[in-house]
Order: sequence, then structure tokens, then C-alpha cells
Amino acid sequence: MDQVDFNAPHSMGTTIIGVTYNGGVVLGADSRTSTGVYVANRASDKITKLTDNVYVCRSGSAADSQVVSDYVRYFLHQHTIQLGQPATVKVAANLVRLLAYNNKNNLQTGLIVGGWDKYEGGQIYGVPLGGTIVQQPFAIGGSGSSYLYGFFDQAWKEGMTQEEAEELVKKAVSLAIARDGASGGVVRTVIINSEGVTRNFYPGDQLPIWHDELESHNSLLDILGAPEPMNI
Amino acid sequence: MTKSLDVPPKGGFSFDLCRRNDMLEKKGLKAPTYLKTGTTIVGLVFKDGIILGADTRATEGPIVADKNCEKIHYMAPNIYCCGAGTAADTEAVTDMVSSQLQLHRYHTGRESRVVTALTLLKRHLFNYQGHVSAALVLGGVDITGPHLHTIYPHGSTDTLPFATMGSGSLAAMSVFESKYQENLTREQGVKLVVEAICAGIFNDLGSGSNVDVCVITKGNKEYLRNHLTPNPRTFVNPKGFTFSKKTEVLSTKIIPLKEKVEVIEGDAMEE
Repeated sequence: MDQVDFNAPHSMGTTIIGVTYNGGVVLGADSRTSTGVYVANRASDKITKLTDNVYVCRSGSAADSQVVSDYVRYFLHQHTIQLGQPATVKVAANLVRLLAYNNKNNLQTGLIVGGWDKYEGGQIYGVPLGGTIVQQPFAIGGSGSSYLYGFFDQAWKEGMTQEEAEELVKKAVSLAIARDGASGGVVRTVIINSEGVTRNFYPGDQLPIWHDELESHNSLLDILGAPEPMNI
Repeated sequence: MTKSLDVPPKGGFSFDLCRRNDMLEKKGLKAPTYLKTGTTIVGLVFKDGIILGADTRATEGPIVADKNCEKIHYMAPNIYCCGAGTAADTEAVTDMVSSQLQLHRYHTGRESRVVTALTLLKRHLFNYQGHVSAALVLGGVDITGPHLHTIYPHGSTDTLPFATMGSGSLAAMSVFESKYQENLTREQGVKLVVEAICAGIFNDLGSGSNVDVCVITKGNKEYLRNHLTPNPRTFVNPKGFTFSKKTEVLSTKIIPLKEKVEVIEGDAMEE
């Protein structure tokens, strides 16, 4: 009766990316959450706020990554009160790492922590499955990241501008969406720098077309009239 | 007369019947499966608030155990929750969080918020690592506005403008994806919800019978139980039912308890 197993863990197939540029970081992600082969949420937001200046990209089990980010947000809030100033990205990433490492047998989530603080500027930390913490100039994660290693080897360069960095992230996520069945939906980006945080949203029609893909026509976007992105 | 010691009953589970159950199972008798709600449950956000919808069939394997069960559970005066999955789990978890919310209301003196219910539910489900098989659509209107969330058995949540869960969710989602728009009126919203549930009732074997709808707006809620009954009984015996063997009443004695209880105004207990 059921081809769709609703008791299958809710996992985010996912493509997540974090990239530093000269002034801050750009985080990017797709928006597909799948339960087995069914897309449970086609417009999810995988870039979650931890503090005003630190965000985390979540991949893997939706439940595990939500719980970890909830706990870290709570610890960081207390830490900020005790410290008297905004938490650094390094502290945020290490709190994530401690939870991921100490509960490695019960968690299945890969995270990319990115943000800006006044001491070190923009930083990206990858916290993959086992709970390692690795600071990198750029990090990729999720099932769609497999298709991006070669792309980044060729396209990444030091000292990009904000526009170049966001363009790179947008291009990379859309490439991964084109090839990875478990990634899809829209591309969300978050830019964090000394001035603050900017959230952007790119629906399918604003993404480049790749080899073999066709322009859409008579899509729901045309029939129903382009809706405003939902403010969730 | 055999002398038997008066042993006070021991606490805990009595394993006496387990040997018998094992023997029965070896003989081929299958234990009854737990009651699942095959289910189609939906929710959507409309102009003034939230509309929740559900079918009313509860299944035990291939058999319909309850043709008219209630899947829209009360959480708070302004929050309702549809439940799919194991009926006992959805009932228990929504009852538990509903009473936690009431205690919280007494504690804070404020109307409950949907995110509070959401967090209590997701924490509980995560702690049980998916073994509490409850997939929920939680909706309500609080001081911060209307909110609609889906909660999965493993504890993950999504916040959406329209949502469907249960075995009939694909049929219902197809209706929502083609016809949902922002800022629907109440009539349009209820019509869309009914259409989505009917898609589940008629196309999914695990869903059936009637449509329940619940409309929640700021300061008001309407629980429309059996809003639509598209599956009446085809053949109804015109004679009706008579239960011939009646229990004979031998005598009646009514004791009003008020006279038995003395209300004493007194001081607090003193040692």
C-alpha cells in the first residue's frame, strides 16, 4: 500500500556550501528535504541562525541537525550573556563540534559553521559526520557536494569580492541540484560580514541552465503567476 | 480447607500469561497488530488564520477498526493538532503536551503559543528516536500570528504555508500544489481542504469515511466534526437494531453522596 515510507527518517539530501571572501563569508544551500523518495519539504531553510553573526548550514538527518543547532543556539546565548560581547565563530563551531563528537554514535549530521567576528573576520568551519572540526577557506557538504569537488578545484580563488563569492555559491548549488537527485528546490544564500547579514533567495527561473536542461515553459510559475517568496 | 498465605500483591508486570502467548503463537495464532491511522491529514494558512483537515478512518492492518475516529486533537483553545501514524502514540503525545501547555498557561498567565507546543512535541519525539510513531500537523493562531508546522516521528519539524501528512499525503499534496494560493478566504480555504482530504479518502486505501475540518482564527475556533460525509452506509436494515437480551434490573438503590460527606471548616493540620 505504501511506496512512501513515512517512518523513514527525514533526511536532507542536500547541497551545502560555505565560502570566505575578502570581508566575510557566503553560505549557500538547496531547499529539498526528503523522506525516502518523497520530497517532504521543497522549500526548507537549511541555513539556520545561531547568533546574529554566526549561521550554520545543516545536512544529513533533519531531526539531528535541528536538535544540535537548537542546543548550540541556547549555549551561545548563555555564552554571549556571560562574555558580554558577541560570540566568536570559533566558539560557535567548537560547540557544534563538541556535540557532534561526543554523540557521534547517535547523530547523523554534517554541518558547516560560518560567520564573521571582529577578531578573525570571516571564517568557515566544517564539522562533518565524525565530529572533526576543520577550518577551511571554503567548505562543501551534503550528498550533492560530491559533484562539486572538481568544480571548486577549478573555480575557487583567494580574495574574491562579495559579488564573485555569491555568484560562485549560486552557480555551485545549481550545478549540484542539476546532478544530485536528493538536492533541489530553490537556492538560498546568506552573506555575513562586518555590516550584518543579508539573506537571498533564488527560485528555479533565476538559476543558470546547464547542459541538457531545457528552459521551462507552461510551468506552475507561469500559470499561477510568479508568487512572492513565502516569509516563513 | 487448604491453608493459603495472604500474600500482598507484588508490584510490577505479571509474566504469567507470557508462556501461554508463546504457545499460542507457535500454534499459529497471530497477535493483533496495533491500530494505525492510515490517514490523510492536511493544514493550510489562509487570510485570517489556519484551517486543519483530516479523514476519519482508523485501520488495524487491512481492517477498518474505526469508521469515524477523531484525528484533530485539542492542544489549547487556540491550537489544534492533526495526527497520523500509530493511533495510541498520536493520542498520547498530544494529550501529554496539551496538559503541559495548560500547566504552562497557569504558570505564565498567557495564551499558549504554537512554537511552545512545537518544541514540546519535537523534544519528546526526538528523545524517543522515532519509536513514538506520530507524524503531526500542528496549527494555531497566537499573539504572534498564524502558524502551521509539520512534525515527523524522528523529531524534525518544518514550517510551511500548506502541509499534508499520512499515507494519503501525496494525493492531498497534489491538490494543494495545483490550487493553493496565499490569502485565501475562509470559504475558499475550507473548500480546498475538503478537496484535498477527499483526494486522500478516495484514492488512498488507508484513508476513508468522513472529512473533519477545524478553522482557527484570532480569538476564535470552529471544530467542524464530520463537515462532509461522502461515504454513507449503502444498505441499512429498515428494521433497525434490537438488542434482545436485556440485563434484568432486580433492584435499584440510589445513595446521594452529599449527605455522606461532612465538610468541616478547620485549621491547617498541626503535628
